[in-house]
Amino acid sequence: MLLDVQGLTASLGGRPVLKGVSFSVMPGEFIGLIGPNGAGKSTLLRALLGLTPAEGAVALGALDAAHVTAKERARHMAYVAQEREIAWAVPVEMLVGLGRSPYRPSFASLGLADRNAIEAAMRKMEVDSFRERATTELSGGEKARVLIARALAQETPLLLADEPTAGLDPSHQITLMRLFADLAAGGRSVVASLHDLGLAARWCTRLLLIDGGKIVADGTPDEVLTARTLRDVYGVEAFFGENSGRLVVQALDLVAADTRARP
Amino acid sequence: MSDTSRYRLVLAALAILATFLFLLSLTVGPAGLGFADSIAALFSDKAGAIELIMREIRLPRALLGLMVGATLGLSGAALQGYLRNPLAEPGLIGVSASASLGAVIAIYSGLTIVFPLALPLSALAASVLAVVVVQALAGLRGSTLTIILAGVAVSSFAGAMTSLALNLSPNPFAALEIMFWMLGSLTDRSMTHVWLALPFMLVGWAMLAALGRALDALTLGNETAASMGIDMRRVQLLAVFGTAASVGAATAVSGAIGFVGLVVPHMLRPMVGARPSRLLPASALGGACMLLTADILVRLIAPGRDLKLGVLTAIVGAPFFLWLVYRTRRKLA
Repeated sequence: MLLDVQGLTASLGGRPVLKGVSFSVMPGEFIGLIGPNGAGKSTLLRALLGLTPAEGAVALGALDAAHVTAKERARHMAYVAQEREIAWAVPVEMLVGLGRSPYRPSFASLGLADRNAIEAAMRKMEVDSFRERATTELSGGEKARVLIARALAQETPLLLADEPTAGLDPSHQITLMRLFADLAAGGRSVVASLHDLGLAARWCTRLLLIDGGKIVADGTPDEVLTARTLRDVYGVEAFFGENSGRLVVQALDLVAADTRARP
Repeated sequence: MSDTSRYRLVLAALAILATFLFLLSLTVGPAGLGFADSIAALFSDKAGAIELIMREIRLPRALLGLMVGATLGLSGAALQGYLRNPLAEPGLIGVSASASLGAVIAIYSGLTIVFPLALPLSALAASVLAVVVVQALAGLRGSTLTIILAGVAVSSFAGAMTSLALNLSPNPFAALEIMFWMLGSLTDRSMTHVWLALPFMLVGWAMLAALGRALDALTLGNETAASMGIDMRRVQLLAVFGTAASVGAATAVSGAIGFVGLVVPHMLRPMVGARPSRLLPASALGGACMLLTADILVRLIAPGRDLKLGVLTAIVGAPFFLWLVYRTRRKLA
């Protein structure tokens, strides 16, 4: 087991955001974290990383997350934040190389393993062709790919990503989802929060549906994305179809007010 | 040329320039000594007038120029990296203003007449106190914004107390002394000042230098840096106390010297590929070069008038900064 979460609760400014979340992640899973705005998806990811104070038990493999050092945690899971902020005009290659920080002793320069990891990550995200360019001059999509390459260079068994597909064109969205699926097929695991239900249905091996700080559905896309859950949680009617054995979902319209289930 | 070799070239050029300026600073002064004579006097066993001037007046002045300049450049680069704000400068977290207040209290109370070292000691004590207050206000998991706000609050309070001391000053000479001290200068400092400031500066430099890797990671923001194994609490303590120790000591012996910590990192950032860890040593050397140049200039421009160093750095620094802003704007447009 890569990650085991039991009864995770967290509050932001006195308001409870996570109310007892429990799940575990096995190697080879690509988990889509879905749910409406404000459901607690980002807070869940941030609590797993220790970025926001939370109660409950989190185990990283055999380690208790409450007692690991920041570096140990960083060797176990990498994180792609929602905000794509880059403060200084550093070159692409150096930025991707930052992913190697958890492995490098202070003041040591990059070793062969580090350089290989950086090269592989840049090739995977197709950013190696502009490695010399300043990251602040890149387009939004290019920037997103560089930041994901940075997380890949961290070479962790677990990758957490907060809305990684936002702001990407369809071709790069699919490239990214395919990459995550490939990582999972290779035995690593990815947990990504997603708003695009179509992408989630098509590429994820498992979906966690969060609403009001709780997991309300957990299972394969077919099990989680049903007309009923979409109506109850999102308040939308959706089209369901099938293409080469995989679910196709497209939200169509809001549920009429009188038929909408009240929680 | 690769990135790394260009960086080494920049560092080497700055080191050579700093050495040259240091030697030049040793040989400029009203006594009008020859270059060979003055350098030889530094190392001779005699106790003549030249030896005295070199060892007791020029050497401490040049050494302090080097140390204070390096401190301002290094801490400016470290704070800009830590706060991810190109407008950050060493004075931002309240160290300079409170060190000035400490010095003013020493002058105002007459302590400096009884015991000359009371001034730097009091300034150091005040800067340590200020930074403890800033740290306590911001908290251990403080965001950079709360640190900036706490620093601004402490700076304003220290500034207000300094004004109060000026306002209530019983004799105009004390007020004048306070005013002149606050303009910043390296005139008439002794080796005692060097030995007093050096240990604090060394500790501060070591703390700031240890930030390099963390500052690189911080390019991506606090949260991503933390997810890459950077202990943000350690980073905050190193940045805040490293600045306090080194800039507190610098202000204690030289008064408040502005613009060096702000402008030098800006000038050098493009030359080191904008990488925060590489900016630290480059900016330390650059700060030393800038301060030594300014200190040589005040002696050349107005030898008899005691032009203050802080005045010159501000006069040269402000228009230069305007030009930097203009250039940045054109780039953004």
